[in-house]
Amino acid sequence: MSERLAVRKTYKLFVGGAFPRSESGRSYVVTSAKGDFLANAARASRKDARDAVAAARKAFPGWSGATAYNRGQILYRVAEMLEGRRAQFVAEVVQADGVAAKKAGELVDAAVDRLVWYAGWSDKIGAVLGSANPVAGPYFNLSSPEPTGVVAVLAPPAAPLLGLVSVIAPVIVTGNTCVVVASERAPLPAITLAEVLATSDLPGGVVNVLTGFQAEIAPWLAGHMDVNAIDLTGAGPELAVTCEELAAENLKRVLRPPTAPIDWMAEPGIERMAAFLETKTVWHPIGT
Amino acid sequence: MFEYAPAPESRDIVDIRPSYGLFINGEWVESQGDERHKTINPATEEALAEISWASEADVDRAVQAARKAFTTWSALPGAERAKYIFRIARIIQERARELAVLESLDNGKPIRESRDVDLPLVAAHFFYYAGWADKLAYAGFGPRPANGQSGADPRPLGVAGQVIPWNFPLLMLAWKIAPALACGNTVVLKPAETTPLTALAFAEICRQADLPPGVVNIVTGAGATGAALVAHPGVDKVAFTGSTEVGRQIARNLAGTRKKLTLELGGKAANIVFEDAALDQAVEGIVNGIFFNQGHVCCAGSRLLVQESIAGELLDALKRRLATLRLGDPLDKNTDIGAINSAAQLAKIRELSAAGESEGAERWSPSCPLPDRGFWFPPTVFTGVAQSHRIAREEIFGPVLSVLTFRTPAEAVEKANNTPYGLSAGVWTEKGSLMLWTASRLRAGVVWSNTFNRFDPASPFGGYKESGYGREGGRHGLAAYLDWKLA
Repeated sequence: MSERLAVRKTYKLFVGGAFPRSESGRSYVVTSAKGDFLANAARASRKDARDAVAAARKAFPGWSGATAYNRGQILYRVAEMLEGRRAQFVAEVVQADGVAAKKAGELVDAAVDRLVWYAGWSDKIGAVLGSANPVAGPYFNLSSPEPTGVVAVLAPPAAPLLGLVSVIAPVIVTGNTCVVVASERAPLPAITLAEVLATSDLPGGVVNVLTGFQAEIAPWLAGHMDVNAIDLTGAGPELAVTCEELAAENLKRVLRPPTAPIDWMAEPGIERMAAFLETKTVWHPIGT
Repeated sequence: MFEYAPAPESRDIVDIRPSYGLFINGEWVESQGDERHKTINPATEEALAEISWASEADVDRAVQAARKAFTTWSALPGAERAKYIFRIARIIQERARELAVLESLDNGKPIRESRDVDLPLVAAHFFYYAGWADKLAYAGFGPRPANGQSGADPRPLGVAGQVIPWNFPLLMLAWKIAPALACGNTVVLKPAETTPLTALAFAEICRQADLPPGVVNIVTGAGATGAALVAHPGVDKVAFTGSTEVGRQIARNLAGTRKKLTLELGGKAANIVFEDAALDQAVEGIVNGIFFNQGHVCCAGSRLLVQESIAGELLDALKRRLATLRLGDPLDKNTDIGAINSAAQLAKIRELSAAGESEGAERWSPSCPLPDRGFWFPPTVFTGVAQSHRIAREEIFGPVLSVLTFRTPAEAVEKANNTPYGLSAGVWTEKGSLMLWTASRLRAGVVWSNTFNRFDPASPFGGYKESGYGREGGRHGLAAYLDWKLA
């Protein structure tokens, strides 16, 4: 009996809830940490980036208008789906990161737990960042956080699953939609995560995943006039400056890259959520 | 209509020096540059004083002074910083009338507004943030002190470079300086070139309060001075209020630096009046929304969106009301509409109004004699405005209202949000659920329902989209001045 030949997966983009190839027909070779061939991943074009932004914009009213409870339920559902495919992700993280299986298991577990942690924030962040303001006059005055809109996210190059989940979850749990540029070197866990997202009741377009060359894709998103914010966590110093300059054109909210390496295993604070929230203050007179 | 006899506020209360230097390290110093310019009273074009326009070297001196002062100021216990800020608040109250007159002289705004709106809010802002100085650990921007150790307090950023506009000169100074000092930062502030006098008076107040030298530095000048300040490598935080165009440049220039930035920029607010609104109140709100401070307000309700079914009735009532507005001497206590702040601003208002006419909108102003000297523009209403017209898209920053109509709430929201700006909006309806429905869909940082242009130090203010980022006022306003690192 000869060994059965495996059926390999084609890794495509994730846009508007569908898995298209790059419209450009381009792909690039992805190798394991050891240098073995893993796949030809899609190399997203400018048109793909624009399609992804359009999908994210289209999804924004529905997702931001969903109840916080509903968004929390869906994020928790993502955690459930991720947990169910634990073995697959462990194998992908081992390949992509070159870590031992035990360590990879810890990283996948942390990613699941991170989603659960953020899921719980959906209906609590408003209580922490909002306020009823004691103004000096007969007015009801309430400040509450609202999602910024469409957020471009440059995922960290390392930690292809845990880092990715840690930058997506805080953006979407509050009602933003996003276009994520996956780790250039290790994009495969991002596409497999997209399969999880696609089967988790998350509306199409809330998360869109582009794979390809970050230095090529990121400036398109940073300069896009219908993107409201950009997370530069995964950008190198030079690309970060380019993107921040481009982002100024429509005054995008910019989360700059970290000054020191991030410990993705540590419990995050609320800053990543706060970075992509606006504060709306509503006044109304009080009287008879 | 009643005739009103003139009731001018006396200007004897103010003592304007013939010329001013810069306020650096607690001292008045001569500018090392050569540029001196007159600041004028826009109501009369009379020169009030000669102002130094700080050079790059002057800005450098001011930043050095602020850096030096930061070490001791940031190390002071919060309660001690608080007491300095409380002192400043008290002195502002004591000198409120003088400062109000000075503001009206230099800016052109009616004394009724500088006296009843600007100055009370200025004092209140300092009082509000004074109280935060020793309570920062409870503000949610870092861990609370453990075992009574204050070491866990959130840290200030360092030197704040602050650039403010001419429409609310002293109030914008208060919005910038009060939270900065409360959090333990030191400040170099540049007031607008047409309205430096109250900031210079504030320098004197800092001296009266015995504020340590270098904690507050005031450098007067125009765009070049501001550019030198925000670009100075010794500045850790930049706060800017002004035009979206300049805000964009600053954001671009700060790319790649570690400077923290907050921007409060332009607006083109929609003031939405539904058919069930209390019309008389709505008319007052519309007037307050666009003619308060001559419309020199970034959050002005410059686009009136009125439901089609009541458009005729509302416009008739609005025009009747506008006919009663009194335009003239800003120091007259009966004046509703003062002078336009500068010749340049007047030219911009005229240019955009002319564009409104040439693009096909219908222009109306009440009969309104304008003084012979100074810069004046009558309250103006454009009807038949389309969303594509420049007067519906661009910030005019003057007493010019563009009127558009809508049929359904969804159309109102769609039109209101059809702008790159997102600073403020207004909603007029007697139906609570419709008000909240509308407010939740407006992409704007401040929504006034059944009121307009209300401000309070406890209430966060700031915009969505191209109206800038960050909030001023309230607990939220502290975020801009604390070293709030990503965990």
